Amino acid sequence: MLDSDPAAIPASRRRATLAWLAIALIVAAVALAFAWVGGWLGSSRLTSQRFTNAIETANGQVWRGFRRAHAKGVCVAGYFEGNGQGTALSSARLLAPVRTPFVGRLSIGGGSPYGLDARARVRSMALKLDSDDGQQWRMAMNSFPFFGVSSVEAFYEQTRANTPDPATGKPDPARQAAFAKAHPEFARFADWAAHAPWSTSWANTTFNGVDTFRFVNRAGNVRNVRWSMQPQTPFAGMTPEQREQADADYLAEDLAARLAKGELRWDMVVTLAQADDPVNPSQSWPEDRPRVTVGTVVVESSSAQATGACRDINYDPLVLPTGVEASDDPILAARSAVYSVSFNRREHDIASGEAGAATGHAATPESDR
Amino acid sequence: MNRAGSSAHFNLLARVLHWTMALAILAMLFVGVGMVASLSLRPTLVSLHRPLGIAILLLAAVRLANRLRHPPPALPADLPAIQKAAATASHILLYALMFAMPLVGWAMVSAGGYPVTMPGGFSLPAIAPHDPTVYAVLRTAHTWLALLLFAVVLMHLAAALYHAWIRRDGVFASMARGAGRHRSDIRS
Ligand code: HEM
Ligand code: HEM
Ligand code: HEM
Repeated sequence: MLDSDPAAIPASRRRATLAWLAIALIVAAVALAFAWVGGWLGSSRLTSQRFTNAIETANGQVWRGFRRAHAKGVCVAGYFEGNGQGTALSSARLLAPVRTPFVGRLSIGGGSPYGLDARARVRSMALKLDSDDGQQWRMAMNSFPFFGVSSVEAFYEQTRANTPDPATGKPDPARQAAFAKAHPEFARFADWAAHAPWSTSWANTTFNGVDTFRFVNRAGNVRNVRWSMQPQTPFAGMTPEQREQADADYLAEDLAARLAKGELRWDMVVTLAQADDPVNPSQSWPEDRPRVTVGTVVVESSSAQATGACRDINYDPLVLPTGVEASDDPILAARSAVYSVSFNRREHDIASGEAGAATGHAATPESDR
Repeated sequence: MNRAGSSAHFNLLARVLHWTMALAILAMLFVGVGMVASLSLRPTLVSLHRPLGIAILLLAAVRLANRLRHPPPALPADLPAIQKAAATASHILLYALMFAMPLVGWAMVSAGGYPVTMPGGFSLPAIAPHDPTVYAVLRTAHTWLALLLFAVVLMHLAAALYHAWIRRDGVFASMARGAGRHRSDIRS
């Protein structure tokens, strides 16, 4: 009956004020924590959204409906045929001696869907494989044998250094030099880019998973691995003159011509790590690591990406079946995060009707500007 | 002043579900906004987010069934009508969102063409067609419904503390404790 005691009224009023204050503070604290976790406070933290913004800026413009990287490519379809050699390493159904159908994509690096094929240093293969046990394995692989930088922050810096200067329309060489100086590991990549031979086709290009994954077999044994798709089509090099004369879309034309004559094959070669081998994709493993050929990628047909089945797929390398897991590779986690933002943006573009060229409804990109 | 047959506290199942789900839903909201921003934690958080969201959907069904069979205690008779209406409306909204959030999440993942992976290597079936427009709509809905849920939860939290610390009318105790005195007893 304290409430009815006149002497206690000021005390109870004070208590109520304190209680209101406490409630306001608690609610504000929870709301602030939420905003902080969501990355909405301050602009310093590198988030998936900010990384994607930087990629869009480096692209010079937003190409509505297209992938924010590897924008130019074609859909392919075919199957993977396991040879059973991988089943001792991983319980993934894909590696059993069965055929697993896939929807894939062959592409070139770069943010423009109108990039010149013969100028693209990086070529890629992506696969979405649906096993008969209901599980799925997505892969996205590149023609470079290792990643250029060792951290996500460094790749962000690289992206920013490659952003065209509005005044010249070209990246600022001083900024690029400063980037290279700050990231000495990049020299190895620059050397690869300058000297690695150019092959004539997607069909005779090796595609490397680059990132490190874990294979887990039925007994529960875990092993770090990397893999590559090595072409059965023999290598043929391109001279600088040939590249100069090549058609802007020669890769897709070449692919269609080859597929008209028959299917194209790549062997999936898995490299097994030893205990202390690094998971970071900028560091290669010694050449003597054991390699196991576990099966073959067979591409049977191709189609335009604007209307093909690969368009609305996010080739997130972390969609994995039982028997394959992510390693602690920091680049891998960041890829999953940024691909999702890129996918969301391009699907929103398509849904809002702003992606005529990307969906084949408009011939020219101008209508999307 | 209680409804005939109902006691002044939520039954044990209601209380256990309320507090487990309160924790789980708050965790889902933080995990959700954290994982779409983080460049390092996304894989771990997404593989927690999907099954926990589906668990919330199942628990919400149990909770609704329990609530229909065991009506909750009436609010204090002297609670202003507007506050009673706000309480009822917010509880209905919270129930709706406890079902809508996981269903939209599941449908959105389906429409994005992703497998709806659960732990142990199995996946739930797709409940929406793989289509960019369906995906874009559901993806946007998942964000805005989550923000609405968060706002309602904050108000709900403030209201609960208002009952506990300012009105001290037994409403908080009815969810916090088991067999207690009637709300009207505590109030007088
Ligand atoms: C942190 C580093 C990386 C970032 C931020 C990044 C960013 C991106 C983005 C934004 C896309 C477009 C995704 C989409 O809209 O679906 C993409 C596609 C792709 N990336 Fe990366 N990437 C990174 C590292 C790598 C690495 C190491 C590889 C190679 C092993 C790679 C291979 C690919 C391939 C093959 C595609 C095209 C997939 C497709 O055809 O849909 N990326 N990347
Ligand atoms: C954050 C801390 C929370 C506190 C302190 C809290 C407190 C309470 C209290 C005291 C009640 C009883 C109200 C009455 O008698 O009518 C209640 C009921 C309720 N709470 Fe919470 N709550 C919290 C979080 C949540 C969350 C996150 C949700 C769901 C999204 C939720 C959903 C409900 C619902 C639907 C009711 C109505 C009773 C029922 O049918 O279950 N609460 N809460
Ligand atoms: C109570 C249930 C749920 C809550 C409260 C919740 C909350 C959230 C929140 C707050 C986000 C971040 C949204 C943004 O910032 O844009 C999110 C994203 C996400 N949610 Fe949920 N969610 C729930 C259930 C589910 C379920 C059941 C699934 C799937 C089975 C799911 C899948 C996802 C995915 C994949 C994302 C990330 C999407 C992206 O990166 O684009 N959610 N969720």
